[in-house]
Amino acid sequence: MIKRDLVIIGGGSAGMAAAIEAKKNGIDDILILEKDSVLGGILNQCIHNGFGLTEFKEELTGPEYLSRFANQVDELGIEYKLDSLVLDVSENRLVTYSNAHDGVVTIEAKAIIFATGCYERGPGAIQLAGDRCSGIITAGTAQKYLNIHGFLVGKRIVILGSGDIGLIMARRMTLEGAKVLCVSEIMPYSNGLNRNIAQCLNDYNIPLYLSHSVLRVEGKKGRVEKVVLAAVDDKMKFIPGTEMEFECDTLLLSVGLVPYVSLLDKLHADMSSTRGAKVNDQLMTSIPGIFSCGNCLHVHDVVDFVTDEGRDAGRGAANYIKGLSNKQKHLEVKPGNGVSYVIPQFIETDLNNDITFKFRVRKPIQNVFVNFSSGEELVHKVYKQVLIPSEMVMIKISKEKLTNVKDEIVVSIKERE
Amino acid sequence: MKEFTCIVCPRGCRLKIDDELNVTGNSCPRGAEYAKNEVTNPKRMITSLMRVKNRENCVVSVKTSNAIPKGMIFQVMEEINKTGVNAPTNIGDVAISNVLNTGVDIIITKNIK
Amino acid sequence: MLDVLIIGAGVTGSFIARKLSQYQLSVLLLDKENDVGNVTSNANSAIIHSGYDPLPGTLKAKLNVRGNQMFDDIARELDVHFKRVGSLTVAINDEQMNMLADLVKRSKENGVPASLLTKEEVLRMEPHISKEVKGALLAPTAGVIDPFNLVVHCVENAVDNGVKLHLNEEVIDIKNNSDYFLVKTNKEEYQSKVVINAAGLYSDKIASMIEEIDWKLIPRKGEYFVLDHYDVGLVNHTIFPLPSIKGKGVLVSMTSSNNYIVGPSSEPNDDVDDVSTDSYTLSEIRRQATELVPDIPFNQVIRVFSGNRPTSTRHDFIIESAKSSKFFINVAGIESPGLVSSPAIAEYVFENFISKLFNLVKKENYNPCVKKYHVLNDMDVHSRNEIIAKNPEFGKIVCSCEKISLGEIKELLSRSVPPKTVKGVKRRCRAGFGKCQGGFCSPLVTLILAKHYGLSPLDIKWDKDQSNILVEEVKKL
Repeated sequence: MIKRDLVIIGGGSAGMAAAIEAKKNGIDDILILEKDSVLGGILNQCIHNGFGLTEFKEELTGPEYLSRFANQVDELGIEYKLDSLVLDVSENRLVTYSNAHDGVVTIEAKAIIFATGCYERGPGAIQLAGDRCSGIITAGTAQKYLNIHGFLVGKRIVILGSGDIGLIMARRMTLEGAKVLCVSEIMPYSNGLNRNIAQCLNDYNIPLYLSHSVLRVEGKKGRVEKVVLAAVDDKMKFIPGTEMEFECDTLLLSVGLVPYVSLLDKLHADMSSTRGAKVNDQLMTSIPGIFSCGNCLHVHDVVDFVTDEGRDAGRGAANYIKGLSNKQKHLEVKPGNGVSYVIPQFIETDLNNDITFKFRVRKPIQNVFVNFSSGEELVHKVYKQVLIPSEMVMIKISKEKLTNVKDEIVVSIKERE
Repeated sequence: MKEFTCIVCPRGCRLKIDDELNVTGNSCPRGAEYAKNEVTNPKRMITSLMRVKNRENCVVSVKTSNAIPKGMIFQVMEEINKTGVNAPTNIGDVAISNVLNTGVDIIITKNIK
Repeated sequence: MLDVLIIGAGVTGSFIARKLSQYQLSVLLLDKENDVGNVTSNANSAIIHSGYDPLPGTLKAKLNVRGNQMFDDIARELDVHFKRVGSLTVAINDEQMNMLADLVKRSKENGVPASLLTKEEVLRMEPHISKEVKGALLAPTAGVIDPFNLVVHCVENAVDNGVKLHLNEEVIDIKNNSDYFLVKTNKEEYQSKVVINAAGLYSDKIASMIEEIDWKLIPRKGEYFVLDHYDVGLVNHTIFPLPSIKGKGVLVSMTSSNNYIVGPSSEPNDDVDDVSTDSYTLSEIRRQATELVPDIPFNQVIRVFSGNRPTSTRHDFIIESAKSSKFFINVAGIESPGLVSSPAIAEYVFENFISKLFNLVKKENYNPCVKKYHVLNDMDVHSRNEIIAKNPEFGKIVCSCEKISLGEIKELLSRSVPPKTVKGVKRRCRAGFGKCQGGFCSPLVTLILAKHYGLSPLDIKWDKDQSNILVEEVKKL
């Protein structure tokens, strides 16, 4: 049996950052397993700019951003295997992968980091009504066809969902000669970043219909011919008489991303409402020695934060391998009023100087306090002018403030009076 | 008074600018600068692809080295569309210099061996 | 001159073709689609019914029961995933309990093993079933099958034994020229001594080409949910409600690939080409299914689909020669339990018709088995590594959800009934069948197909001929 200190599953932004950080923290025996034929994951197809403002104080494109980390991986001599898909992970940290060169190989690892990214919800997941024809495609798949292979998936496009990839693709396809007719969003607010609405839709006069969804798709001959939108009420029910018909050849879906961690599901790791694993302050899952970070933990909106989280996991795994991260306590972190999830879900070590809580709000809200409370006691309170679901919130709390907190800490939103 | 969303960073501040070019709503100096430019001479970065001539079925990603006038986006796209490059390409290589006399170059953003 | 021309390469036509391939006959199997089994056989519950349900004495009852008995051999010979999981027909009130007693009687008449279970027994076997349950009928011979490869492998086996297969050919006219039929398609004309009409949803149209018919098809649409592999042991059997005049009702079952399927609805549908889904029907299915199994994890739904069943005004299978010619055989109205009955239908057609029309000679080299497929997920590590050593493409995984290798996809392309479309690949080896529904792998599969067939990726279809995936190559210099 081959033995390695640290195996990282996924060589995208989270995985590369984790590997680099673990190496810097004294772990030399690291292997990254990447399913694609290059490092960098989804960034390879994100050729738009806007990456790296936090990390490098400049705006880079996805390929530029990833290459800086790929270069570091090379410079640090971190080993990676490309075209290598992990087939199985066991509770006792056996990782089985397959590639053309090695065949199917099992490695015994001291620690494993999941950095497997996320996948897109498709027509089945949203139970899209109408014909199941060609031309219904997720935004990321269309992005791959265009930016990696040089093919447009359609010329007249309706986009469902205002997630960032959909907005980015609205601009990309417009620039490449397609006509984007509109973006339809079932919620009364956009799920994408404001700046993407501005620079991807407004700049090209692409209308955004909020509180609208696809009533049905028509395309009996095999390819999308028409998309019918209609307004929805506050219970998400279609309002009769509000139908709008668009003759088009494509319905692009940007209706949400889901952590891609079926192997953790299979291990029966404790899972969170994000559909990623629950983790502690070291980003360790409920299975000892197995860590999770990046979009497979929870879907991020900014890659710089993915990188940062990858580093945290790399450090966490290094601590674990060095035997530093024995559980000292058990503090549960729970989402309260107005909060959909909080990461980490547990605080179990005293290794960090402060803890960064990451969470999302359930709906756009203004003029609020974020309260961190434990029972009756208010541990910490931060004022926020605006919070929106599409932007992850990060709040740091010092170790001292948390020292005396027992059992649980609840993160909730309270409107300012 | 004009109002728009700042696109300088993912934060997307809601900017307001009056006729004397006083900016409010920004969280950083870059936002103020963006707002002033947006009313005087709006500019955008563009990113796209170019054909790699000496490789089969291959395109490479490119960007403008700086923002170009918003009104010229599709003209610049035409220049990008009709120009090919040869591999190997390196990040930072200039594919088209001073495109349409804008003073902006088209830069390769991906390494292709 | 052909001996037999079979119209329709669905499961019925395919099993007839395979049956006839045992004999020295020239047989042509025609289908208007670009793949076999692409209509009704592609969109159904994929259940190998036990046969307790059809009315005793009907063809449905007889052929269902016989078909069910044949499936262990078929699954082995055709290398198709098949599991006899057994079915539970569940009563949730006293009235339904009385109906269950009738069903037990009926299963006895049909010769189907079945037994009544008490509430406690049901809940012990299936803890996720509604606590309202009063009892259930257990039919242990019911099974689940991979319906896609059942047809593909069946046709492949027929082709390997000498049957000709022509796809993309739609029959537009048939003339009875007394000693042969002249069958005109959109591409060719064929002369055949015998015509078998196994055209499924279009069998009424085909039958009417030679004479007036006294039956009609009244297709019914069924919509379904498919859930991801979800390791919760939701149900271990196929769970049925009590049957009604509309059919067997909304079932909840694991599939042969360890997914879960929930459905179908059953609504009359005039338009046989309409396989759309709608939210009202889906929510109704959901309501009915959760009456039986309350905690179905609908957030794990990966696909919804629908299919039309060729229900006929006779409410039984129509297997008979035309009034005007004993050489024209209609095999129509093959609605549920059509899938399970299909091999028995083939046997029936052979014994009652074909064997009486020809002096038959058996082929000496007939082989009932397809060449074994390499399904890596069914192999142990040692055998996987053996095959990867021979062909490294079996080590390179293309579909990361279902873990399907490049080698497996390329192997499909070398078979006698190879996939031409992305859906064809998906149906055969499950690349694109998982969580992401091809989001990650479909571009790769498209390029693999384009390369194999020497086509531009622009010419690769998702499914039907007009279902191109890509519309333009950018940056053409």
